[in-house]
Amino acid sequence: METILSQLLNGLDKGSAYALIALGLTLIFGTLGVVNFAHGAIFMIGAFCAVTLSRIFSISFETIDPTKTDFLGNPAVIKTPYVEAWFGPEMGHWLIDWSVPLAILFSIPIMIAVGYIMERGLIKHFYKRPHADQILVTFGLAIVLQEVIKYFYGANPISTPAPEAFKGSYDFGALLGFEANRIVYPYWRLVYFMFAAVVISAVFSFLRFTTFGMVVRAGMADRETVGLLGINIDRRFTFMFGLAAAVAGTAGVMYAPVLSPNYHMGMDFLVLSFVVVVVGGMGSLPGAVAAGFLLGVLESFASMNEVKSIIPGIDQIIIYVVAIVILLTRPRGLMGKKGVMED
Amino acid sequence: MSTSNFTRRGLLKTGAVTGAGLALPTIFTSGAMAFTNEPTGGSVTLGFNVPQSGAYADEGADELRAYELAVEHLNGGGDGGMMNTFSSKVLEGNGIMGKKVEFVTGDTQTKSDAARASAKSMIEKDGAVMITGGSSSGVAIAVQGLCQEAGVIFMAGLTHSNDTTGKDKKANGFRHFFNAYMSAAALAPVLKNLYGTDRKAYHLTADYSWGWTQEESIAAATEAMGWETVNKVRTPLGAGDFSSYITPILQTDADVLVLNHYGGDMVNSLTNAVQFGLRDKMVNGKNFEIVVPLYSRLMARGAGANVKGIHGSTNWHWSLQDEGSKAFVKSFGTKYGFPPSQAAHTVYCQTLLYADAVARAGSFNPCAVGEALEDFQFDGLGNGPTLYRAGDHQCFKDVLVVRGKENPTSEFDLLEVVEVTPAAQVTYDVDHPMFAGGALGECNAG
Repeated sequence: METILSQLLNGLDKGSAYALIALGLTLIFGTLGVVNFAHGAIFMIGAFCAVTLSRIFSISFETIDPTKTDFLGNPAVIKTPYVEAWFGPEMGHWLIDWSVPLAILFSIPIMIAVGYIMERGLIKHFYKRPHADQILVTFGLAIVLQEVIKYFYGANPISTPAPEAFKGSYDFGALLGFEANRIVYPYWRLVYFMFAAVVISAVFSFLRFTTFGMVVRAGMADRETVGLLGINIDRRFTFMFGLAAAVAGTAGVMYAPVLSPNYHMGMDFLVLSFVVVVVGGMGSLPGAVAAGFLLGVLESFASMNEVKSIIPGIDQIIIYVVAIVILLTRPRGLMGKKGVMED
Repeated sequence: MSTSNFTRRGLLKTGAVTGAGLALPTIFTSGAMAFTNEPTGGSVTLGFNVPQSGAYADEGADELRAYELAVEHLNGGGDGGMMNTFSSKVLEGNGIMGKKVEFVTGDTQTKSDAARASAKSMIEKDGAVMITGGSSSGVAIAVQGLCQEAGVIFMAGLTHSNDTTGKDKKANGFRHFFNAYMSAAALAPVLKNLYGTDRKAYHLTADYSWGWTQEESIAAATEAMGWETVNKVRTPLGAGDFSSYITPILQTDADVLVLNHYGGDMVNSLTNAVQFGLRDKMVNGKNFEIVVPLYSRLMARGAGANVKGIHGSTNWHWSLQDEGSKAFVKSFGTKYGFPPSQAAHTVYCQTLLYADAVARAGSFNPCAVGEALEDFQFDGLGNGPTLYRAGDHQCFKDVLVVRGKENPTSEFDLLEVVEVTPAAQVTYDVDHPMFAGGALGECNAG
């Protein structure tokens, strides 16, 4: 029972990341009809926004300390962050410590700009081309973006810790009457789960309750008719591309303390997220979210020793097995529209 | 009825001409090229095959820096680095046997097929007489096999699997780096002193050659001192988030987690383990402990503060105070502005050792070079006196046990050496069961 509860929590956490990326993918597919293989790279750029802000806050001036030596035996160079000099040691330390949450504010305009440039500069030229062409060009773009990140940040993971206030983990087991420290969940992962819930709710509310959202939904249903009403639906869809980029980017920012960012983290998530979108139903936002959580939980359960001892290697293929079963029995996905990926 | 135009004289003539024709290429080959890529001009080409892309690209970049430094020193440039401290004094700074050292590079991408393709290209197109490098045991074993077939020497870089000089050893392959058995032999006494003999260990293991031998070695060494192995769980390479493999540990009575992971996997699994509170956990009145059998400074940087207080082993560390290590750190640090990694150290040593063996053998013939390396004893390249054992082409030298530093003074000062385990303590017999199943075979000169 304890193991099942632990894996359920893990699955919800993994599912949060899958759902956030799949949500953005679905927004882009539903509005622009583009299969965007560069979406994982946007998630990765978001994580590196957190790395960048952390480094900006850590930019230091150097003073020589003759009493100490560096690795070559020369007088040691002492680095003092400018933020500590400008705002005082306490405030400066706080800024550095809280650089990941603060990076959300830093990343939103950057991600919208990245999304806008990507859409206007490249992807709009592929709207009327086959999906295979879109996949090729966006996949190429993803490789370019990850190589750029590797050039500037190197290939090794970069440690980007959460604020001190969120270190440690919460003992869910004790809350539920189990032995202490047997079902725990890190505080930052709880933050990530809540962040995902807020972002998903905000996107749904935006599309459901605002005029802009209603027009976008109408455009998704019938683009030509909305255009004939004199509405510039293309501009709204471009905005939606920027919004999808912002969702993936902020998801990346908040994910940075969960796993140290590295240049290929986008690719690691991308394929899984596409499976999530297909299982949920291409173009279905609720489907993407539901499938994200469902597959995250299933993946966690599949990695249990008890399950692996019965079906070795199931932890590595479970998502694809589920995808095959869903596509064979319900080609439109769990909540997809009739006619999408279905004859 | 059939007729024949053959005469006895004609048959003899035809036989002689055919025989001469068949012998001709051999005569030319043996005269012009006694072995694969015998250098004929004023230079000799070495092939540096390292990961320039993929997950280990940073280690590959550091290896390339060290290779370039070694070439500079061999050609008489720079401050000479460890050539000044190397116990063998045949290298004179005039290249190798008077031939200027040149090099070509390849990208292994940390993939066996890509590594073999780039090594093949360097041997066939660029005329490399020796191949070196790598940052994965799978890659090293694949390239070592290729070099054996091609008839060139392979000086392995970063490869820690027992199999490289165990069941997959080859006469043309040589390893300066230590291996999983040696890590376990060095770590076990330290772990015994720190954590006692009554411990229950849970292993998470990278599911490939290196992980398997690491797990086998460390489990055997810790069980021999009384520890119980609670579970061994294989994890997919590059799993990313290891949380679903970490949380089941909380529901066992294990009090030690052994992370048989390397590179990004180690960074992620250690980060997850710390996030889930394993460092703060008490089991049966004991502090829960984490062990990382194979450490590197580059990995420690990725894991950040999570490495504090965690023990592991390493082949070499820049803080060593022997003359060879100091000379290398000074040379590398002055040129590049930061201290070298263990990957840089081992490939620099391999390049010098190859050049030295050629000079001592008086030939680039791989069989002569191999003979010069076999049972060669040297000093001055860090880690104290070292033996290149003839039986399996494995180097035996002191192994370092390190700990993540609690209060680092710089971005490089992440690990501290807590024990220098003497070479004798990590040496094993050539026919040790963990290294059985293969044969060195015969040297191939092409």
